[in-house]
Amino acid sequence: MSFVQGLRCRECGREYPTEPVHVCEFCFGPLEVRYDYDAIKRVLTRELIESRPANMWRYRELIPIDGEPTVGLDNGFTPLVKANNLGRVLGLNNLYLKNDSVCHPTLSFKDRVVAAAVNKAREFGYDTIACASTGNLANSVAAHAASAGMKSYVFIPHDLETSKVLGTSIYDPKVISIRGSYDDVNRFCSEVAAVFKWAFVNINIRPFYGDGSKTYGYEIAEQLGWRAPDNVVVPVAGSSLITKIYKAFNEFHDLGLIGEVNTKIFAAQATGCNPVTAAIKAGETDFRPVKPNTIAKSIAIGNPADGFYGIKVVNETGGWGEDATNEEIVEGMRLLARTEGIFTETAGGVTVAVAKKLVEQGRLKPDELTVIAITGQGLKTIEAVEGSLKSPVVIEPKLSEFEAIHKKL
Amino acid sequence: MATVKVRIPTPLQKLTGGLGEVDGDGNTVKDMFESLETKYPGIKERIYDEEGTMRRFINVYVNEEDIRFLNGEGTELKDGDDISVIPAIAGGI
Ligand SMILES: Cc1ncc(COP(=O)(O)O)c(C=O)c1O
Ligand SMILES: [Zn+2]
Repeated sequence: MSFVQGLRCRECGREYPTEPVHVCEFCFGPLEVRYDYDAIKRVLTRELIESRPANMWRYRELIPIDGEPTVGLDNGFTPLVKANNLGRVLGLNNLYLKNDSVCHPTLSFKDRVVAAAVNKAREFGYDTIACASTGNLANSVAAHAASAGMKSYVFIPHDLETSKVLGTSIYDPKVISIRGSYDDVNRFCSEVAAVFKWAFVNINIRPFYGDGSKTYGYEIAEQLGWRAPDNVVVPVAGSSLITKIYKAFNEFHDLGLIGEVNTKIFAAQATGCNPVTAAIKAGETDFRPVKPNTIAKSIAIGNPADGFYGIKVVNETGGWGEDATNEEIVEGMRLLARTEGIFTETAGGVTVAVAKKLVEQGRLKPDELTVIAITGQGLKTIEAVEGSLKSPVVIEPKLSEFEAIHKKL
Repeated sequence: MATVKVRIPTPLQKLTGGLGEVDGDGNTVKDMFESLETKYPGIKERIYDEEGTMRRFINVYVNEEDIRFLNGEGTELKDGDDISVIPAIAGGI
């Protein structure tokens, strides 16, 4: 049973039927899925959600597909970790990490959006899925296409980390590496999408795709015992995730599943690619595009599609934006690993480093309930920490050699 | 006055008689859109809002470069330049 009523332009309000379109024909604004919230409210209760398996489909009514999901069935419902050790270092007494570095099956929150997109693409009758990606989306699209028995085309910038490339190629998709930045790839793909009739998850399937990441927010609220946190720190690239987390809390409130939402939303970017946080700091309502130059390649988007709305969410909720240099990103990754035993990729290093700055600035208060969004896996970006970690000590398998060095370890 | 090639996104092709690429004239991006309006009436209100500012979700590229990195609507054009008009929400990872 479907709770989707159609699509609506976020800018001018024009309505569209449920089709693979993503841009308003009139004003070019983004289209959003319209749900029948009254009908959802009649069926969706905390008890019903809690009775369902631990995956993202426990919020099925709020994911925009018509039938039952057929692929990506085990995605989501990742741990919400109480981070006492990291909290002690940062000076936060009530700190949690939403840990999508272990999201099934490709170890980033992109498995949520892709699960929504691929199911919807199937419903639309497509046999081929495609994407423009900074790496994580590529991994996820290729994996889901394989398990759905669909063809896939993945377009990436030429300078991605080895693991992001091999971690895509292993699923045997068509991988096209473009000489250019992600923003070039993205613009190019919009031209490809106009000619080739594929389900481009982040182009023509975008309204459906984006709503998959609401589940990241629903889970935070449910795992906190049915409440919204005081603060969330989110890594920002295209700015979709940050807006959907806020939307998720508000939907839960409107459905009577949680109380008031007074959450402040904080944006985290790399200093080498900070169009959104720079606009927030400058008190502006829209961003100026930048040419990315950062080790946080997964979030290196200089021309963020939803940047305007990302800035809006932060400003409206009383949050803030900060950025982290390459050195701070690596230190953030190391800090998280040595305090909580969680190895996140560069994007997670950005959020940890930014959270540290926000505490120092007095914007995250010690006793408030803060959630840091950890959205990707460290093993995918090992290049970033290579050279900054201690090398193993090499010895012969002799006790005497070990005794000679063990005090110096 | 420069004559340039303008690639028209699908939603606006209804106004250009189905053409995906048309000729535009003008010494700047702004002039070029003015000239398109005389040839294809209705196109201007799709690119500019009621206050006359370019709509937020439209990106314009001159020879593959976003005009926000150039001189915005004042970016100067020369004969043979390639202009693309692309919805901003083309993608996003
Ligand atoms: C690990 C990781 N975190 C965060 C993001 C940012 O997501 P969004 O583009 O929705 O802002 C991305 C995007 O690729 C990502 O790969
Ligand atoms: Zn519109």
